[in-house]
Amino acid sequence: MCATCGCGDTTDHGHDHESHHHHHDDVPHVHPQPTPRTLRLEQNVLAKNADIAQRNRSWLEGRGIVAWNLMSAPGAGKTTLLERTVRELGAELPIGVIEGDQATFRDAERMRAAGCPVVQINTGSGCHLDAAMVADALRQLAPPADSLVIIENVGNLVCPALFDLGEHARAVLMSVTEGDDKPLKYPHMFRASDLMVLTKLDLLPHVAFDVARCREYAHRVNPRLEVVELSATRGDGLAAWYDLLRARAT
Amino acid sequence: MHELAITESVVSAVAERIGSARVRRVVLEVGCLAAVVPEAMAFCFDICCEGTALEGATLEIVPVPARGRCPQCATEVDVTDPLGGCACGSFVLDLMGGRDLRIKEVEVI
Repeated sequence: MCATCGCGDTTDHGHDHESHHHHHDDVPHVHPQPTPRTLRLEQNVLAKNADIAQRNRSWLEGRGIVAWNLMSAPGAGKTTLLERTVRELGAELPIGVIEGDQATFRDAERMRAAGCPVVQINTGSGCHLDAAMVADALRQLAPPADSLVIIENVGNLVCPALFDLGEHARAVLMSVTEGDDKPLKYPHMFRASDLMVLTKLDLLPHVAFDVARCREYAHRVNPRLEVVELSATRGDGLAAWYDLLRARAT
Repeated sequence: MHELAITESVVSAVAERIGSARVRRVVLEVGCLAAVVPEAMAFCFDICCEGTALEGATLEIVPVPARGRCPQCATEVDVTDPLGGCACGSFVLDLMGGRDLRIKEVEVI
């Protein structure tokens, strides 16, 4: 008896052979298998995110809104810089903020206290924001025409580099308390950015951080990277940062 | 860590395209500068496929090099290292390609 289908090894068994195999002798036989087919898909994996990002960008542009994506390692000072920016530039240029963190509404509360509309995204176990999350947040934020939207990404120097959110400019922040070789260690992030913001400049006398070397490493990875050096607590360099925001917004 | 999200995108993109067929093999081209670790994708592929038309499928990752053009001496080279420079001593290369993640083909039955 055939172990595959249970049919007997005789010539007069009682089922038809239309789509079936024969056992009229004892030679080894092959059951017909479904033939594997190869389908060429040629599909960009990030295409779905890229489509949503492009829709975000068009939506923003239709309202004259410019969006920034701020990225850094945790603790580089993104929220502190944003608080001061909202306080000092907010009257001249309306700013709305989208906060990305794995958990809590702490940053949203800080931004609200600074005086700007804010939407908090909690990514849970997720390590980055994606375009669909930002699309939802934009609907909630409902930013006014000709305003500025700043998206504070999840603190992470790796994953956010890969996900277009629909922003118009990307800034990577790094503080002088980090190693000045960080651009070499996280090249994808520094290559994906338009601007590097060196923060906590007031701490420079206390740390072994070489600003010139950091700039050189950053430009080795991305020759087109603009650089701003500032201290959001003491105020150095903020004028250059505000000028950049104004320039992009017009 | 973003490899999990990306692998989920691969699985859902394939499932959307293949109708009622079952997938035996997925061929994915990964650019050398795409910031994706192939081993991490392979690690989570089986889990992402569970309960889908891709359950039991194998993942074949084909690395794709980028090309770099040296602005100083105009030489073109294959680039696999994001910090790769030119033999002439220039650290900076104008990079072309190598950042794509592309589902090349799938084998279905």
